[in-house]
Amino acid sequence: MTKWLEENTPKLVLAPSFIAILVFVYGFIAWTAWVSMTRSRLLPKYEIEGFIQYDRLFASPRWDTAFGNLFIFGTLFIVIAMILGLVLAILLDQNIRTEGAIRTIYLYPMALSMIVTGTAWKWILNPGLGLQAMVRGWGFEDFTFDWLVDPDMAIYTIVLAAIWQSSGFVMALFLAGLRSVDEEIIKAAQVDGIPTWRVYTAIIIPSMAPIFLSAFIVLSHLAIKSFDLVIALTGGGPGYATDLPATYMYAMAFSRGDIGQAASSAMIMMLVVFAIVVPYLYSELRSKDG
Amino acid sequence: MKSYALSIACGVALGTSGAAFAEPQAEVLHYWTSGGEAKSVAVLQEEFAANGGTWTDMPVAGGGGDAAMTALRARVLSGNAPTAVQLKGPAIQEWYEEGVLADISAVAEANNWEAVLPASIAGHMKCEGSWCAAPVNVHRVDWIWANANVLEANGIEMPTSWEAFNAAADKLQAAGIIPLAHGGQAWQDATVFEAVALGILGAEGFHKAFVELDKDTLTSDAMVATFDQMRKMRGYVDPNFSGRDWNLATAMVMNGEAAFQIMGDWAKGEFMAAGKAPGEDFLCASTPGDGFLYNVDSFAMFEVGGADKQAGQALLAELVVGKNFQKVFNLNKGSIPARTDVPLDEFDSCAVLSAADMAASSDNGSLLPSYAHGMALRGAQAGAITDVVTAHFNSDMSSADAVQMLADAVANSM
Amino acid sequence: MADLSVSAASPAGQSQTGKIALRWSLYTLLCLFALFYLLPLFVMITTSLKSLDEIRTGDLISLPREVTFDAWRTAWSGACTGIQCEGVRPYFWNSVLIAIPGVAISTLLGAMNGYVVAQWRFRGANIIFSLMLFGCFIPFQVVLLPMARVLGMMGIAGTIPGLIFVHVIYGLGFTTLFFRNYYVSIPADLTKAAKVDGAGFFRIFWSIFLPLSLPIIVVTVIWQFTQIWNDFLFGVSFSQAGTQPVTVALNNIVNSTTGVKEYNVDMAAAIIAALPTLLVYVVAGKYFVRGLTAGSVKG
Repeated sequence: MTKWLEENTPKLVLAPSFIAILVFVYGFIAWTAWVSMTRSRLLPKYEIEGFIQYDRLFASPRWDTAFGNLFIFGTLFIVIAMILGLVLAILLDQNIRTEGAIRTIYLYPMALSMIVTGTAWKWILNPGLGLQAMVRGWGFEDFTFDWLVDPDMAIYTIVLAAIWQSSGFVMALFLAGLRSVDEEIIKAAQVDGIPTWRVYTAIIIPSMAPIFLSAFIVLSHLAIKSFDLVIALTGGGPGYATDLPATYMYAMAFSRGDIGQAASSAMIMMLVVFAIVVPYLYSELRSKDG
Repeated sequence: MKSYALSIACGVALGTSGAAFAEPQAEVLHYWTSGGEAKSVAVLQEEFAANGGTWTDMPVAGGGGDAAMTALRARVLSGNAPTAVQLKGPAIQEWYEEGVLADISAVAEANNWEAVLPASIAGHMKCEGSWCAAPVNVHRVDWIWANANVLEANGIEMPTSWEAFNAAADKLQAAGIIPLAHGGQAWQDATVFEAVALGILGAEGFHKAFVELDKDTLTSDAMVATFDQMRKMRGYVDPNFSGRDWNLATAMVMNGEAAFQIMGDWAKGEFMAAGKAPGEDFLCASTPGDGFLYNVDSFAMFEVGGADKQAGQALLAELVVGKNFQKVFNLNKGSIPARTDVPLDEFDSCAVLSAADMAASSDNGSLLPSYAHGMALRGAQAGAITDVVTAHFNSDMSSADAVQMLADAVANSM
Repeated sequence: MADLSVSAASPAGQSQTGKIALRWSLYTLLCLFALFYLLPLFVMITTSLKSLDEIRTGDLISLPREVTFDAWRTAWSGACTGIQCEGVRPYFWNSVLIAIPGVAISTLLGAMNGYVVAQWRFRGANIIFSLMLFGCFIPFQVVLLPMARVLGMMGIAGTIPGLIFVHVIYGLGFTTLFFRNYYVSIPADLTKAAKVDGAGFFRIFWSIFLPLSLPIIVVTVIWQFTQIWNDFLFGVSFSQAGTQPVTVALNNIVNSTTGVKEYNVDMAAAIIAALPTLLVYVVAGKYFVRGLTAGSVKG
């Protein structure tokens, strides 16, 4: 008995969390899949009606916009935030005297709720009030920065604010990674006369693969769930040019009383996540095992 | 962790079950949280307390009640519905169909609501013949506000037709003034749209289009003309309007940067708060065309157990429609009382005008529910229309395309 | 900010001008980025120090003509969040009661899970880990309604334990991820050697892994505390009168469609609501470095 217990302790420790995830994530995904096949309106109903909600979804021009935006926003946000986070971490890792202060400045945006920071960004980005007006006030009359009010460019302001909010955290992750790289190896490389940039590209960065995994998961999770940001900054506008699947889903489920439609959009979102994350996870975890 | 959780749970239970007698109790979910609004609800709470009741406040603001409705769904599904909820328009009937609303006919009949409320507003408060909600106020949506000095300096009268509005706007634009202060948020686009639609389609056409969703009306030439006028309106707005809050647009009118704003009567509160006087500093008038678009806030009672809570619901319903509350609340909020027998001596000129127009339009059948503020249609349909309106306003879509898209979107929202 | 002026000074002990120039450009670059990150905070702070009249008439992103702390007072103890006009103060405690147990439990569970997945690999451990990770991606809007049902059935709907429960469940994926990725870089020989010495599962975790974990605990706590403290969606859906967290109060102050907007109070309330997270960042950031320099992981 004690031997069995000893052997299975790790599994027993993991079991409660695993069961909770099974029920509260996968159970709820199954529930959503079910509801997406119904005509649920204000509250969920359970009579299956077929794929009607998916037909409606694909017929909706607003969903087209939201879905397209997810790719523009997601790609730019993840790539830029990751690069910026890494660059900032490397810059900050050069024995900077005021590292503490600077690190806190880079990190703090994550601490603020977007409900209000969104308003601050809205003012800064508004051509009549913010940066554009300020720079023009300095005498550069032709300076134009009006992405916020341009339906074709507004999505990039969302990217900008999202990077502002999250890149600091990514920097912290990378900084933690840089610091845990074995200093002996770096010293040895420096003694051998290998240039610093080579040390980074050939030794340090490759050794941080698990950090890249964390950063990727954190960022893509934020990208998929970006919601407060859009609501506070553009409200999905101009028009619905900056709508994202998460805001679309919320609007359908809670302001429009169209839960079936919301569930179908959620399922499509989950499919996208699945298609992107699973191959990545597979390759990451595989190489780790090998 | 467990004992900790337990002790908290016990504390909560003790705290709420202390008064288990038939003392009226109400947990009220509402989304009036800012200064003026909150003061207005506080009046109700005081009256409730004066009548021996205990009021538990459950405020959730945001998105015109979106967040409150999210909380409401979660509460209902967890079997823990609030006693009274701020609900409005067809959402009342939708919740009734889910079988979760309580019947307050006894209170309504004892207080003769039928006689004191305009018929079309009373209609919103009934579910299959019985009373299921209590109206608080009437906001008029189709207002046009103007800066008195700017109009005077440019020799412009308050417009009484959309042609006159366009002429005035062209003149203002030539004089370097922004004709229309507007915030590019979907609901504000929809507010302007429905005011324009009321003027162009007329009361009957408006009802057909936005209450009955009549396909012929939605695709009619008049609807094309409505979108044409919206395109003109777009030209009268400054380039930086996207995402602007409505109150910043009001500020533009106040400081003379812009001349007009089309917005419900809550805009009055913003003028008043800045110390401006109606008729002197700013002007109010109904938007061109006949009719009155109302946005009525109301409370619905949810089915709950316990004599104390049911007593609370009855008391709350009675007080909400009571004369005193209707007066005090609406003085604070900028709207007008829903019941028609409240003396208006203390109200300002805009509110008096609003009340007179409401009575007149109620008689001639042009008292209409606002679609943009969730009074005319269920959420899915109203939202589908707004999507088209805002897409058209923020792009160079042609009116013909917009009308086609409108018909498709409405059909797809069913 | 005071520290930044010092940062412009050139580091000691470097003689070549090239290196000094490099250092200078490095500091300039860092400061430029700092400006980018600080800009919105600047707007928020200056706005919170202005009077409403000044905001209504003046530029939105200029310095205040007259500094007043009225908005801060109002936001803390006078702003209306409903019929009570007591500011964000009464809601603060609720958030503390939710965030502290929520962070502690999810971090501890994450550490244990990460330890198992990284160091005690049994068959299927990686699949379980992937399944848990994928759980990070479920949009919270999806879980609201079924979760409400479950909380109702468990009898903890609208309570603080209910909210803690929800936050722990949906925090597990991340906390497990962070610890797993940290522990995976610790050589498996360490565990093997300890096992040979007769140490058991918990013993190894307690006396070997936990002491090494300070940096990752800091990262996890920062993440979880931020997530839980700033959460609005769960807070608004699974609370009732008396258990609403500070974000709901903030939202009630800020988001009003038809009321008069007091931007100065909004901004002050937002900064006040964020103070605990900011504090965690400042304090934890210090330990973050200290932990790293004190016990180099690879030792």
